[in-house]
Amino acid sequence: MCLGVPGRVVEVNGLVATVDFWGVRRQVHLELVDEPVKAGDYILNHVGFAIRRIPEEDVEGTLALYEELLKEAGQDDLMAADVRGEMAAIPPEGHGNR
Amino acid sequence: MTTLRRPPLPRIDDRVTLKHGAGGRAMRALIQGLFAKGAPPVSDDSIGLAALDDGAALRLGDGWIVLTTDSHVVQPIVFPGGDIGRLAVSGTVNDLAMMGATEVLGLTCAVIIEEGFPTAQLERLHASVREACEEAGATIVTGDTKVMGRGEIDGIVFNTAGVAFTRRVVRDNGLRPGDRIIVTGTVGDHGMAIMAARHQLSLEGDLRSDVAPINGLVRAAMRAGGEGVAAMKDPTRGGVSSALHEMAQKSGVGVIIDELALPVRAEVRAAAELLGLEPLLIANEGKALIAVRREVEAAVLDALRAHPLGRDAAVIGTAVDEFHGSVVLDTGLGRRLLAEPEGEPLPRIC
Amino acid sequence: MATDRHAETAQLKFRDPQRAAQLRAAIERTVAEVGHAPVTIMHVCGSHEQAIAKFGLRSILPPAIDLIMGPGCPVCITDMPEVDEAVALSARGVRVATYGDMIRVPGTTKSLADAQADGARVHVVYSVAQAVEMARTTTDEVVFFATGFETTAVATAAVLLAGTPHNFSVLSAHKYVPPAMELVASLPDTRIEGFLAAGHAATITGWRLFEPMARKYHTPIVVAGFEPLDILAAILRLVELVRDRRAEVVNMYPRCVSPDGNRNALDQMWRVFELTGGHWRGIAWVPDGNLQLRAEWAHVDARTRFGLGVRTRDDQPAVVTDCICGEIMIGRAAPTDCTLFGTTCLPESPVGACMVSSEGTCRIWYQYGGQPNLAGTAR
Repeated sequence: MCLGVPGRVVEVNGLVATVDFWGVRRQVHLELVDEPVKAGDYILNHVGFAIRRIPEEDVEGTLALYEELLKEAGQDDLMAADVRGEMAAIPPEGHGNR
Repeated sequence: MTTLRRPPLPRIDDRVTLKHGAGGRAMRALIQGLFAKGAPPVSDDSIGLAALDDGAALRLGDGWIVLTTDSHVVQPIVFPGGDIGRLAVSGTVNDLAMMGATEVLGLTCAVIIEEGFPTAQLERLHASVREACEEAGATIVTGDTKVMGRGEIDGIVFNTAGVAFTRRVVRDNGLRPGDRIIVTGTVGDHGMAIMAARHQLSLEGDLRSDVAPINGLVRAAMRAGGEGVAAMKDPTRGGVSSALHEMAQKSGVGVIIDELALPVRAEVRAAAELLGLEPLLIANEGKALIAVRREVEAAVLDALRAHPLGRDAAVIGTAVDEFHGSVVLDTGLGRRLLAEPEGEPLPRIC
Repeated sequence: MATDRHAETAQLKFRDPQRAAQLRAAIERTVAEVGHAPVTIMHVCGSHEQAIAKFGLRSILPPAIDLIMGPGCPVCITDMPEVDEAVALSARGVRVATYGDMIRVPGTTKSLADAQADGARVHVVYSVAQAVEMARTTTDEVVFFATGFETTAVATAAVLLAGTPHNFSVLSAHKYVPPAMELVASLPDTRIEGFLAAGHAATITGWRLFEPMARKYHTPIVVAGFEPLDILAAILRLVELVRDRRAEVVNMYPRCVSPDGNRNALDQMWRVFELTGGHWRGIAWVPDGNLQLRAEWAHVDARTRFGLGVRTRDDQPAVVTDCICGEIMIGRAAPTDCTLFGTTCLPESPVGACMVSSEGTCRIWYQYGGQPNLAGTAR
């Protein structure tokens, strides 16, 4: 079953698009898509039909979404804690390979 | 040490269905429970049916006669990268090679042809057979021809048998913890090419079968690795996963595979992802899994990569002393158990 | 191995191991702040099951998280009588076309694969459009055994609206996800504290329709995508909501899911289908859980065309009532509590959904001798 795989539109012929899935191409039906689709667009293919035109800015924004989430979850605090930990590990006389 | 309980083989049904030809547990249950049952034992240091290895090895003097047979029912009979003729020769030559027998003494070739089969097609298949024989340095020394009525058989069926002599037999049960597992090239090519050729997919992309005799490649590996070549198996039906499970189970070790190290062509990866398939479970017809002792890992890898058919050879895993009989996949993000496949998902793949 | 971050993003592959490790660490910290363990969350999508399995995500989630597979595998929850209808049609000489996984699912006595072995013409297709094409090339009757949730039902609707040949009809076993989540959430002793909603179904329906459910049952719902980072990020967000006792709906798959979904696809679906109650295999009667063809589409409804009788729950063999998949799916029971587990119910002869699915709790327990807890082996 071709389940929910994204691809890039190569060309559109009426209600059928040729989509490149990073190495193979396939015909995809466009009756169900939520916005008009043109060559160069990303789409989400499900059982041979495009069910979503994936906006390019959202693709770019996905990593930013994770980054924001990590920041909120205190990832920065964790790094600060690491540094504090390292500093606490230095022996008083300053010996060692640091 | 983690030990996982292995579920028993399924019981044999009243009737044979496609799953019994898929190369998985159902087929093993059928062979063990029916064909191999009550088979008289072979001599002590010979390898017979019960071993379910790639071929049989019969002691003769200071070596072994290695013998194997294969029937070929692939559909369609012509596919990107090859045809049933090429497959018939390669399959048998490769089975011999997997036992360590890379110098073929002779091949047999029997065909059963459906009435109405075009002679021109037969000529094309014959040319493929000869070409593959040349590549393997093998000769068809005897054969048989039968014709069945229209509709009584599907197109054409090949059966080939091969015989060779070897001083050293390599089994598929010789893995020991610490051994490294090498695959001789990209995986999933044959199965994906067959799927594409069946026109169910309307896929455009360069999906070609890897079907080829690899006895020369294996010979190079054995020369480089000597006694350090511990076990070999060719990942046909059920792909690398099936072959690894067999090796692990017969050897009594576990295997950890580094998924990121698996060589896969971009088109095969894309097509597999699109269809929800895993390259590890898809058939290959021109590749081998070679398990080596660590000391010879580099030498064997170099020898493989120096050969035209082994350019993409890679170390993909290690045998370990836990998870006996199971295969663990390191996905790069986390680990999981690779469930033993039921066999080849697609019928008539080879 | 260095990952080409940019190339991965361009291919919409979000799988960077470093980012995954950061998310994992954040999940571990957050779940410790919840105040009790385990924190039980449920996902309701077959593709989530597959992604979690494929990338080995269970082995890296902290033990304090109990991620249960809910009734989300459309193949698994297709009820035995529904399979029987398809098998019966194939025995009458009708060509039955369906999606791949369905042919191995057993009905009361046999599966479509068994029927095929008996000589029936059963065809595996990757799209309903292929089944329509087949109908155009033959005079035989072709029935499309339509399985899958709303994500797939929209495709069936689209081909019917576009017009199909007279020898084509549909046997609808389509399901609708939200009622199943509601059913699980509404059970009085449910242990489920939050849901991961299926991203692709939500691509169709949008995420707003989950809001009433979240409020009513005080359960947070996070819409999740299918790349490993999508799933880990969604789990992190969900655990935060559980920790903060915020019964909200959060969309963590904005590149595909909008508030109100794909109106074009939804309109087509509701023109062709309507909701009706149905029995989900091994679970329960789910009110409004099934999608059936509306009366005006009776001419392409295989049930009408071939006079298939309606099966009721009472017709089902007694063994089915001993199946406790429903309890297992809400975290109330373990596979070993089930009398059928490992005896009558096996991977090659599954009774309930949990054994049919390759990621079902029962299947995992049986094949791997228990939860394949490979925690501690993560990088």
